[in-house]
Amino acid sequence: MRELRYVDALREAVEQEMDRDPNVFVFGLDVDDFKAIQGSTEGLLAKFGPDRVFTTPLSEDAMTGVAIGAAMSGMRPIHVHIRMDFLMLCMNQLINMASKSHYMYGGQFDVPMVARCMIGKSWGQGAQHSQGLYSMFMGIPGLRVAAPANAYDAKACLIAAIRDNNPTIFVEHRLLYPTTAPTPETEIVSTPGKGRLLAEGDDVTLVGVSNMAVECLRAQELLRDAGISAEVIDPVWLLPLDIDIVARSVRKTRRLIVVDNGWTVCGAGAEIIASVAERLQLDVPFQAARMGFEFTPCPTTPSLEDGFYPNPKTIALKAFAMVNGGPGDWQPDAERAKLAYQLQFKGPF
Amino acid sequence: MKNLTNENGADHGHIYRMLKLIRRVEEKVAEVYPTDKIKSPVHLSIGQEAVAVGVCDALDETDFVSGTYRGHASYIAHGGDLPAMIAELYGKAGGISRGKGGSMHLADAKNRILGSSAVVGTTVPISLGFAMGLMRQKKPGIVASFFGDGATEEGAFYESLNFAALKKLPVLFILENNGYAIHTPLSKRWATHDLLKRVETFGIPTESVPDMDVFEIRAAARRLLRGIRAGEGPGFLECKTYRWSEHVGPGQDYESGGYRDRTELEPWQKNDAVAMAARELPASVVSAIDAEVEEQVARAFDFAEASPFPGLHELTEHVYSETANA
Repeated sequence: MRELRYVDALREAVEQEMDRDPNVFVFGLDVDDFKAIQGSTEGLLAKFGPDRVFTTPLSEDAMTGVAIGAAMSGMRPIHVHIRMDFLMLCMNQLINMASKSHYMYGGQFDVPMVARCMIGKSWGQGAQHSQGLYSMFMGIPGLRVAAPANAYDAKACLIAAIRDNNPTIFVEHRLLYPTTAPTPETEIVSTPGKGRLLAEGDDVTLVGVSNMAVECLRAQELLRDAGISAEVIDPVWLLPLDIDIVARSVRKTRRLIVVDNGWTVCGAGAEIIASVAERLQLDVPFQAARMGFEFTPCPTTPSLEDGFYPNPKTIALKAFAMVNGGPGDWQPDAERAKLAYQLQFKGPF
Repeated sequence: MKNLTNENGADHGHIYRMLKLIRRVEEKVAEVYPTDKIKSPVHLSIGQEAVAVGVCDALDETDFVSGTYRGHASYIAHGGDLPAMIAELYGKAGGISRGKGGSMHLADAKNRILGSSAVVGTTVPISLGFAMGLMRQKKPGIVASFFGDGATEEGAFYESLNFAALKKLPVLFILENNGYAIHTPLSKRWATHDLLKRVETFGIPTESVPDMDVFEIRAAARRLLRGIRAGEGPGFLECKTYRWSEHVGPGQDYESGGYRDRTELEPWQKNDAVAMAARELPASVVSAIDAEVEEQVARAFDFAEASPFPGLHELTEHVYSETANA
């Protein structure tokens, strides 16, 4: 199968859906400029014209309302935000209107819209270009939240989100853009609420959200040197959440580490661990841990930023300690750690 | 007998009927409210009826209306299903949204009434999006978007003026300026009173009607609609008006509230649009319309009374739309 970059998978999904349905359109600040949202909207303006691909004033609040209204009128807007942090300017419309309109109007209106947004990381992104704020949306009935971590899922989830008649917060990660995965040219449609098993293992379950799914895969590689077999799961969708796939794994491994791409307090990890515990109760006692951003704003300088994020090494050390009942004196090999950083998920899909 | 149609084609009888219908529905809501049969907060339109009636009378059948949480008037004036509205207030299964929205979230898709919101100003940009959707899908119609003076203080309001003008969207903005945001008067909220000047800087034509003259409101809306329908972009109509009842609830708060005096109400009551419209018509026509309105209101409330409450299984329905563009 053809190898495709995550960024191109996003572009291809939108192009194919715009071909398929004239009511799909893309808007948001700079979707039509020469940088084309890091390439993810490249070529769309030339192919579909300025009525269907257009930039907007910096009015995220009202533009979200415009997306909702257009969706109610029968269109399928894709509203693009180059950073997830900017969704904070859209909260009133997303939480008070988009998520609730179908319900509070008794099913008279649908809101088939997608809010695409990108989490930034490294090169000094700092406190306001790096936040993974998806857990704020995970507790809101009426929304869907997708956070795909490879090109295949990016394409399949984006097509699913565009076709779905509900509002979807579509969470991308900047560091995933250049990663590649075998992805078909034909249409692929993800099922909301279906997670993905990335690697099988017996000793510990690692669940990684968004880019942390890839970091978990790298940690799994390091753990192999210590004789630890880690199972790695990517939830892919955060709302609805695939608890079955995690519970099934924990039933086997009895150990669960959720590595969040955000803060752990009231985060996706808390939700996943609580849901698995409720599911398994005392039948299957298990150890659990959350990892995520340090509970600080994200600093700019690399020397501090290094400590802010979980990384394959810290994840591997956490898993090692959990499996061995303590930290011990194992350290991942430095060279191996460097190589592991190049690892990407290549399927099977 | 006077000619019932004026030189602009306004049907006096119809206009009186709509004014009276809204007034009587609101009075009946106020009357029933203390029984607790109505299961949602109500923000009554008494005194403000002429804004909705004048504007909606100027609209075409293909046009849409977007109202506010004080939205009974625009809902009724645009032909919303009245029995289903009252049942909605009662929280019944026969309600327009099966009891899930109540008074503050009225919507009637079949009759082209977009949903209202309890968060001030939120429906304004949604009106724009809907209007853009109509334009892009080459569907007929414009969106008449009602909002109060409080909404004009929200950031999204200015964002919306700019975007509507930029994209020449077919939107009629209607400001129902009743002078109060809950209990806070304009004097404590606006740096200057030149709102229309602010709007005009976006290149949007404006009209203002100071006195709740329903025919003037209708005429001003028609003037603005000509440009909107010609593709020239949005228009903005300010109607100065006055809320006769308390902000929320069935009563009055002149003596108890302390934030306004009853003398403020008096000129508006003297200018009551319902009474003035009645004076334009022969007494026999008025009494015939009144009788029909009473019957229509009674039927709507009877429908609400008789409708069952939704079963608990409906709690989890309509959280997500089950259909998809497969």
